[in-house]
Amino acid sequence: MSAKDEILSRIRTALADTPVTEEVPREYRTTSAMNEEQLIELLVDRLVDYKAGVEVIDAAQIPEFVAAKLKDASSVVYPQGLDSNWLSALDKDVEQRLDAPGARLSVAELDATSAVVTSSAVSVAESGTIILDGQPDQGRRAISLVPDHHVCIVPISTIVQLLPEAMPRLSITRPLTWISGPSATSDIELERVEGVHGPRTLDVLMVRGL
Amino acid sequence: MRIALFATCIVDAMYPETAKSTVKLLERLGHEVIFPKAQACCGQMHMNSGYMPEALPVVENHINAFDTDDYDVAVAPSGSCVASVKHQHPYLADRLGKPELKERAKAVGARTYELTQLLVDVLGITNAAEQLGSYFPETITYHPSCHGMRSLGLGDRQLDLLKTVGGITVNELPEADQCCGFGGTFSIKNADVSSAMLDDKVKNICSTGASACSGGDASCLMHIGGGLSRTGAKPKTLHLADILASTMEETVSL
Amino acid sequence: MTQVFLGMPAGGQGNLFESEPFPKAAHRELGNTQMRKNLRHATHTIRDKRLKVVGELPDWEALRDAGSVIKNNSMATLEERLLEFEKNFTARGGIVHWARDADEANQIVTDLVKATGSTEVVKVKSMATQEIGLNEHLETEGISAFETDLAELIVQLGHDKPSHILVPAIHKNRTEVRDIFLKEMPVVDPNLTDEPAKLAEAARAHLRKKFLAAKVAISGANFALADTGTLGVVESEGNGRMCLTLPETLITVMGIEKVLPQWEDIEVFMQLLPRSSTGERMNPYTSLWTGVTEDDGPQNVHIVLLDNGRTRALADRFGRTALNCIRCSACMNVCPVYERTGGHAYGSTYPGPIGAILSPLLTGIEVEENGSLPYASSLCGACYEACPVKINIPEILVHLRGEDVDAKREKHKLPTQMDLLMKGGSWALGKGKNIGLLEKALPLGRLAAGKDRKIKKLPGIAAGWTQSRDIPAPPSKSFRDWWSDEKESK
Repeated sequence: MSAKDEILSRIRTALADTPVTEEVPREYRTTSAMNEEQLIELLVDRLVDYKAGVEVIDAAQIPEFVAAKLKDASSVVYPQGLDSNWLSALDKDVEQRLDAPGARLSVAELDATSAVVTSSAVSVAESGTIILDGQPDQGRRAISLVPDHHVCIVPISTIVQLLPEAMPRLSITRPLTWISGPSATSDIELERVEGVHGPRTLDVLMVRGL
Repeated sequence: MRIALFATCIVDAMYPETAKSTVKLLERLGHEVIFPKAQACCGQMHMNSGYMPEALPVVENHINAFDTDDYDVAVAPSGSCVASVKHQHPYLADRLGKPELKERAKAVGARTYELTQLLVDVLGITNAAEQLGSYFPETITYHPSCHGMRSLGLGDRQLDLLKTVGGITVNELPEADQCCGFGGTFSIKNADVSSAMLDDKVKNICSTGASACSGGDASCLMHIGGGLSRTGAKPKTLHLADILASTMEETVSL
Repeated sequence: MTQVFLGMPAGGQGNLFESEPFPKAAHRELGNTQMRKNLRHATHTIRDKRLKVVGELPDWEALRDAGSVIKNNSMATLEERLLEFEKNFTARGGIVHWARDADEANQIVTDLVKATGSTEVVKVKSMATQEIGLNEHLETEGISAFETDLAELIVQLGHDKPSHILVPAIHKNRTEVRDIFLKEMPVVDPNLTDEPAKLAEAARAHLRKKFLAAKVAISGANFALADTGTLGVVESEGNGRMCLTLPETLITVMGIEKVLPQWEDIEVFMQLLPRSSTGERMNPYTSLWTGVTEDDGPQNVHIVLLDNGRTRALADRFGRTALNCIRCSACMNVCPVYERTGGHAYGSTYPGPIGAILSPLLTGIEVEENGSLPYASSLCGACYEACPVKINIPEILVHLRGEDVDAKREKHKLPTQMDLLMKGGSWALGKGKNIGLLEKALPLGRLAAGKDRKIKKLPGIAAGWTQSRDIPAPPSKSFRDWWSDEKESK
């Protein structure tokens, strides 16, 4: 008997008393009454608590703010689908590196890149969570992981209050990365400190009119 | 109402005053109290020690004693024993393959109340001084016993009621929700851990400056009292039924 | 050795055993005052954090109810869920392996690693691989496994054992961690301070090259979603993302009970888990992957579905909800016993209240000293109250005590003191008139208590009580007798 058949047979034996299933009580909150300003306020509060940098800006200000966040960077990687205008105000000495299908940066190249700029798919205000789903404006997972500084654009139109509200907006079978602040650990005395293996600086630009 | 007193074995044998206090309180409110004499024990000690077949006669005896039409509700001055009647009796019957006993256990459990549960939820007592004439001019602290607080969901019922006793001062107990370490035969089988838990409870009680620690379970109070006594600490232990039953005319002394 | 029948649930192997009776292990651990201080500090910190973030959600109880039923349903339909997961994961390029027990899982992983030609693997913290002793097995096969989670790293560098499922080095304080780093890291700043941020930075520097060069990663999974074939890992440091993203080969080892029916179910568990475990609104990083994604992440993706006693636990109708555990560790963080003994006292990979039920359920109560674990609780119920999926741990503890006594009953020739006490108690407490008869002897107890009205020393097993507690002198008359005299005679 194969291991699979054996395990499945054991399961049938174990459940010989045929326990019944019941309908899942979903009495938890699935809709929010928050308006846009409340959503912004909540998400800002959560991200600041995680020690992320947060700015609330208009779409036209993106180039200026991206440039300001990257003023100390020597190089920045960006995914193919990112609006190229967003990087238009960068200092000339910040090297721009495109990561595109067929022209992938190696892990070593990413490690030698100081920052990354991506967009995001949906954000959950209540938990301060930004979700990347690998669409062309976010790129593959490695680019938002290896560089030590992540500048992330969050269109305000993509913010919801509750996690259940975010679910219909997710493409679950794409590789998903949920980000709630810069990398952190609670492994020493259960006190949270920021900055371990993932990007140690997370700057979030929350953008109106995108 | 006709109320059946489930005294519990420990109160019956070791703390009869607490059962008398329970009777007094209910009679003061104009209810009739009966004491089904076939009762003995809820069987918790056996079940919590894993002796299930040995627990069966004890549990059956309790169900036989209380599965009667002779009363409206049953009451016990113990959260732990009531939790056992409500939750453990049906489990034991289920485990030992006795579906009929399980149904009877559930019916008895549904009619059995912990004392403050009965006083507050059923009899509408919110002010002990006004409605029960309770008077106890001492500074106390209060330990919420785990089974009452968690298994029965008593919340702050006991503490809130104690605070309304005439003349009383209630000092908050630090880390009140931490178990005293009794746990029945846990205190014997895992005596070292149990003692370490008791140490902290005793220290916290002493830090309040209270002259007594009250609570709703005689077994936990016996454990705590045993620790206080061993360390020579000043505070005594007193069941909340005794405090509630204490009046201006007949004041309970420590 | 226990005989195993085909198709019959069998006990788990690996690191699931208590090797000495819990009270003995606890006695030793209680003597470690530094560890007790560390644990008290850490558990109290996390309790407050958890209460704060749980209190923020008005629908916490509704989430717990949903989580509990989703898990129950998943276990009740486990075969279908696993087959569904396998179909979907396979359809997206993943490869599914099945392992009956620890040995089989270790062998599968070893073969997969060897096939890549690599002799090094990076690891994301995983309870399943800890349970099966994968690192030790790989070492015997000439493969080095590098733990990348900070706490696992501390344990690995310190040649120590994990004592907590979330924070395996919870028994170490910052100074002890600093000392381990100074002693064991090949390249480390000799002026390293014990500031947690500096220690985290040292871990980053230590592991960076390993991450960037790794060809093979091994992970666990927090959940598998049956209807999409998706796997998820919940973490904080980014070491998980490194392992799940950069290597060419990813091997995940996951217990079969981790499967959830619908992908939307994560909306429940991703609210319950972070708040219950680290006391955060959300953990910094969660990664989800469904088989292989072209041009993004590992292109060789495997999962090993592990039984190792889970079907044995599933067969216990009173105990099977222990499989609902999402490994948040809230139960151990609130447990007064765990707080004082630490995790090592439980022997198994799974310590604390959940370990005290899970370990014997996975292995069988009669194996080694696992029968002593269900007694490692005062039944205070703090674990049940904190459990995000409402596992009634105290009820299962009591149930397993029953299993233990029944198992010992069959073996014992001579009754123990406890047996005699319980048998006598069964008679005495089984009838009102029996207890009434015994109560006639109460005045004798008063006599024994003497002038100061305390009993200070009892013989036999009851000596455990009098090691730190007196017993008050009994009353001269029981309530029962008072009632007869005062109430019935009138």
